[in-house]
Amino acid sequence: MSKIKQQSLHKREAELANANRQLEILSNGIFGDGELPTFAKKIKETNQFPLRPKKLEILQINVGYMCNQVCEHCHVDAGPDRKEIMTWETMEQCLDVIKNTGAHTLDLTGGAPEMNPNFRRFVEEASKAGIKDFIVRSNLTIIRANKKYYDLPEFFKKHNVHVVSSMPHWTRGKTDKQRGEGVFDLSIKALQELNAIGYGMPDSDLRLDLVYNPNGAYLPPEQAGLEKDFKHGLLEDFGIHFHNLFAITNLPIARFLDYLIASENYEDYMYQLVDAYNPTAVKNVMCTNTISISWDGWLYDCDFNQMLGLKVASKVKHISDYNETVLNDRNIMISQHCYGCTAGAGSSCQGAVTE
Amino acid sequence: MAANNYYDPADLRKFGQITEWSEELGTKFFDYYGKVFEEGALTAREKSLIALAVAHTEQCPYCIDAYTKDSLQRGVTKEQMMEAIHVGAAIRSGATLVHGTMMMNKVNKLEM
Repeated sequence: MSKIKQQSLHKREAELANANRQLEILSNGIFGDGELPTFAKKIKETNQFPLRPKKLEILQINVGYMCNQVCEHCHVDAGPDRKEIMTWETMEQCLDVIKNTGAHTLDLTGGAPEMNPNFRRFVEEASKAGIKDFIVRSNLTIIRANKKYYDLPEFFKKHNVHVVSSMPHWTRGKTDKQRGEGVFDLSIKALQELNAIGYGMPDSDLRLDLVYNPNGAYLPPEQAGLEKDFKHGLLEDFGIHFHNLFAITNLPIARFLDYLIASENYEDYMYQLVDAYNPTAVKNVMCTNTISISWDGWLYDCDFNQMLGLKVASKVKHISDYNETVLNDRNIMISQHCYGCTAGAGSSCQGAVTE
Repeated sequence: MAANNYYDPADLRKFGQITEWSEELGTKFFDYYGKVFEEGALTAREKSLIALAVAHTEQCPYCIDAYTKDSLQRGVTKEQMMEAIHVGAAIRSGATLVHGTMMMNKVNKLEM
């Protein structure tokens, strides 16, 4: 068990703030001595190596690592002390890409994306591009964090934004333990405000989905069953509605990796991931239909690879040179953290990847 | 077996290997075991809680390890887990105590 840290690994200048050190840990030890198969070896068994993209469906843009929370499992190592914020110049380059992309989904993430000073201007411009599904990953508490964010629900509604929010549990104890004291009450209040203007209501087109990730060194349960529990718990106790629940596996990187090592759960957790390996999930893993763009415009196969500094293996590596055709002809960068997306029913930013 | 301990947490990962020394029986056992824990008239979560309680009455460290994790994974709360263990403890202590009636019967029979 570890306490919620108030500072990011970067601010603390912790060993695991270094992405290369994380990659070393993931390649050595039980994977280095062959006790467990590497991810590359595992997918070779089913002729799925090298992993290649399918049709691009999702552009995921990380507009900055600054966040009002310091969640202990955060793969971004986000927090109030992170200063990496996308500039308007890079946002303009993203807007050019959004106007011409073949992707049907635009997914803004962070940090708390709302903390980027140009967030609203960017959403206003991006929503004009007519992308089918425009997601903002909002941590809910940001809506109540400061007066200047109080009108976010109305702003989201105006631009028909699909809100996807983290909610680790339908009870106070488990939520606050993972995300910090008071997070549960603020999240409930934010959800009620979103409901009040139509978000998440049955038959409403204003989409509100929740994201669950386990509060420790274990895998998520079956998504459909958990969604029922969440719906029942949140409706009965707080009158809250939402549409879908995405169950996401914690990937062993950044602060979650730090937690696994500090709590001596690392080896057991990697065994769990490898034991739960599902070759069917590999076919639909999100890096095969997503491009992730970092705050400084670099391109990655997914948000996790972004945090590990594993840029796309393509001639096109930066938003300033963006070319979807060239990008789609690449091999996806992998390491042992990828087991997190192929365990059980699989895991992605949209939850499970198999039925 | 670890050099100085009868129990080693890493041995839990080797459970599946018992099949190697008796394939037919091992396979039958794991088929049965897997079937038992499938969703049926009881949910997988209810079965996990029963397993957790029995793990404690059996005092099996491997089973406690496995079903604590399994319960967490299935969204079982700490309070539910502890209540389940109390059910096991109550039955176990009750099973001891109810035999007190045997003692009483014997005393009543022997004493004038």
